[in-house]
Amino acid sequence: MSLLNKFETVVGLEVHVELHTRSKIFCGCSTSFGAPPNTHTCPICLGHPGVLPVLNRQAVEYAMKAAMAINCEVAEWCKFDRKNYFYPDSPKAYQISQYDQPIGQNGWIDIEVNGATKRIGITRLHLEEDAGKLTHIDGGLGSLVDFNRVGTPLLEIVSEPDIRSPEEAKAYLEKLKAIMQYCNVSDVKMEQGSLRCDANISLRPHGQEQFGTRAELKNMNSFRGVLRGLEYEQLRQADILENGGLVLQETRRWDEGQGRTISMRGKEEAHDYRYFPDPDLVRIHIDEEWRSRVRDSIPELPDARQARYVEEYGLPSYDAGVLTASMKLADFFEDSLRFTSDAKASANWIMGELLAYLNANGLELEDVKMTGQGLGEMIALIGKGTISTKIAKTVFKGMVETGKSPQQIVEEQGLVQISDEGAILSIVDAVIAANPQSVEDFRNGKDKAIGFLVGQIMKETKGKANPGLVNKLLTDRLKG
Amino acid sequence: MSLFDLRLTDLHNKLAHREVSVSELVEHSLNRIHRTDEQIGAFLTLNQEGAQEGAIALDKQLGNGEERGLLFGLPAGLKDNMVTQGLRTTCASKFLENYIPVHDATVVKRLRTAQSVTIGKLNMDEFAMGGSNENSAYHPVRNPWDLTRVPGGSSGGSAAAVAAGQVYFALGSDTGGSIRQPAAYCGVVGLKPTYGLVSRFGLVAFASSLDQIGPISKNVEDAAYVLQAIAGHDEMDSTSANVNIPDYTSALTGDVRGLRIGVPKEYLGQGINPNVKEHVLEALKVFEAMGAVWEEVSLPHTDYAVSAYYLLASSEASSNLARFDGVRYGVRAGDPANLMDLYRRSRSEGFGDEVKRRIMLGTYALSSGYYDAYYKKAQQVRTLIKRDFDQVFEKYDLIIGPTAPTTAFRLGEQVDDPLTMYLNDILTIPVSLAGVPAISVPCGFAEGLPVGLQIIGKPFDETTVLRAAYAYESQTDHHTRRPALS
Repeated sequence: MSLLNKFETVVGLEVHVELHTRSKIFCGCSTSFGAPPNTHTCPICLGHPGVLPVLNRQAVEYAMKAAMAINCEVAEWCKFDRKNYFYPDSPKAYQISQYDQPIGQNGWIDIEVNGATKRIGITRLHLEEDAGKLTHIDGGLGSLVDFNRVGTPLLEIVSEPDIRSPEEAKAYLEKLKAIMQYCNVSDVKMEQGSLRCDANISLRPHGQEQFGTRAELKNMNSFRGVLRGLEYEQLRQADILENGGLVLQETRRWDEGQGRTISMRGKEEAHDYRYFPDPDLVRIHIDEEWRSRVRDSIPELPDARQARYVEEYGLPSYDAGVLTASMKLADFFEDSLRFTSDAKASANWIMGELLAYLNANGLELEDVKMTGQGLGEMIALIGKGTISTKIAKTVFKGMVETGKSPQQIVEEQGLVQISDEGAILSIVDAVIAANPQSVEDFRNGKDKAIGFLVGQIMKETKGKANPGLVNKLLTDRLKG
Repeated sequence: MSLFDLRLTDLHNKLAHREVSVSELVEHSLNRIHRTDEQIGAFLTLNQEGAQEGAIALDKQLGNGEERGLLFGLPAGLKDNMVTQGLRTTCASKFLENYIPVHDATVVKRLRTAQSVTIGKLNMDEFAMGGSNENSAYHPVRNPWDLTRVPGGSSGGSAAAVAAGQVYFALGSDTGGSIRQPAAYCGVVGLKPTYGLVSRFGLVAFASSLDQIGPISKNVEDAAYVLQAIAGHDEMDSTSANVNIPDYTSALTGDVRGLRIGVPKEYLGQGINPNVKEHVLEALKVFEAMGAVWEEVSLPHTDYAVSAYYLLASSEASSNLARFDGVRYGVRAGDPANLMDLYRRSRSEGFGDEVKRRIMLGTYALSSGYYDAYYKKAQQVRTLIKRDFDQVFEKYDLIIGPTAPTTAFRLGEQVDDPLTMYLNDILTIPVSLAGVPAISVPCGFAEGLPVGLQIIGKPFDETTVLRAAYAYESQTDHHTRRPALS
């Protein structure tokens, strides 16, 4: 780390977000993920001779929504341009994109790093079409191309070089993901490629205004990859600079397996994309009516929701932040509150048991059947004394694994807490009678003996006896 | 007199009264092609069986009272850059020698609705780049009036097929004059509609901001009927205009009294063959006699049109033709060493010289550092040229001049001189850049070769263009003359 103390890291991120419109941006093909290769294609997205693109207005609307949610100015007029390059994943040999009139410009989002809030500028947000997917056959025997993804609407969101560390980059990406999820414009799944991230990273001596020479980093396919890739790259550049060398302007690839970045191409090999306005498409006019209709469709965003949780439920800001980082989690939390008023208990169960379970099993919230309602009802059962907190853990496990309601689990497994004094008393008496030595020890001042007796009682009731009542009744009997 | 010399309405009457069948019309067309096309070379692909089957199906509808399409039973030829499902579409390029489209162009669907019969696909300059049809990768087309001369281009096959009586009408496409100039050279009628009037969906793009499909026919009336069938908004083409389509045939009144005509001095100046000029002046006298008035006007930026056009059209073409990469269809070089080798060899083998020339020109014009000086400057020139037309149209209903500076030249005469070849389009290119409609009609013969008169109208005012052209045609007999073919 000492090497890094001399330099300041400067990062700008270029993030691609696939929009989950039902059909592609310029034809009617489905955008769904995971279909057999080349089944979601037509002459238009395959770039056959004579075909023409027709713009999917839903994609424009999603782009507007996303642009507004990250505080961009939305253009009144914008247009599409052709980005020309030859590659087998691009059937027309040009990508329809936006060059000098993007849908959104000059936005920002706030991130939280080490408890402090920092604003990251967003240069632009534009709409374009995705490319196909190449699979290279081992041994250089050839490559296969799947055009299902071609023409999926894609947002490119370019940040200002405001990011100063890999941690900030990760926080920015997480916040961006949350906002896109809240806007319901994308699945934002890095592992499925609906969220992708490239980075420009450079170093400069502290206090220097001018940016250092940057490297463009590609192929970081997970949040961890972004973090590790940037960490590696800043050390690599620091090492070069420290030894009096020059960082080359180049494109580098993060190799997850090797844990290092590898040069792909230098500045000289950079493409000349020969952008020009696409003559097949007309300019898009975004009038005030459309703009305000889209603005009204934006839900409460993570920052606002976090603030509301602190205000309304008295949650610590940290808890509110964790819950609102994912809209599904926040919705789950709010669902639970329709069945219990104990917000802090719900937050604790979610942040403790639920997230631990998901992490341990590599699952997403939508992968489990448990509902916010179930959690709320379970907390209510604890409040009513129907189950103990200890038993609740068993109930929780049942809910997360089977999706059954807490009532059903309690019933099926006979987990109702025994709070009937008479019933507990008879067990207390039986345990006292069976353990004279422990009773003797207690009366001789060995307080620990009571623990053993409580344990015996709980064992007899299979843990269902109300622990408070057991303690009270046992103490009364022993002292009486 | 040939069956195809009958007026469309007369032919439809004969069909309705079963004096002639669609099958007879199709056989007439096929016979004529078999007799003459060895000399002319207008066809690249014949749809013989498809046309015969189509004719039988249409004949079954004859006399049963079913509503009949506008072009019912008429044998038609399509320029080979309009895609036809299941029927080879080559763009006269080696690259697409075996390309069978999986869908139909919108114009093809509309012709089907109008119930014409597609006889086959017509020769052209490769990817519509050229003005003589000598850039076909298969064989040149010869002018039916003089087999040693070119038919013009790029819709040379379409114009020659109509002139030779092989089809009743044809569709061509016009980017900088590719309907009008061959129509002029071949002594037939060719109409380039306003940009956006006819859908481009299924037209293999050369220059997307300029390409327009239009009819080539023996007379103005036929052109009006064909335009009626193919014009109109298409949701598959974002650049197609959402305008009401008038009844074009109602414009065929013969009345041009009070029509104001502007004649650009730039269109009758240097470089225009004196014979051509003389015929145009004669034509203006005919208009005068019919009660129209004409005055000299100016389109001051005419001189810059050809340069601007070759930058813009080539820039768009360089991108439009990039999809021909050897990966999915068309020519694919064997045993490529790597990806770049596959691209390079597939495209080197698949494209002809003129196509390569324009791809290189366009690629250069769009390159970083040159864009402003070439592409952007050319766009600015285009705006000025459009303004030239707007200003004249403030005072005049039509603009009239020659279609081409000369009559048809000899095969091989200009092949090695692309710049001279480009200048053949000097009178049609400005019209394309302005996006306005224009028709070429026969206005006489110079040394036995047809001369074309170009009548240019306001945007989406095809009606006035057709009205003037029809009135002129009704006062003259140039359009009734036929080439002497064996």
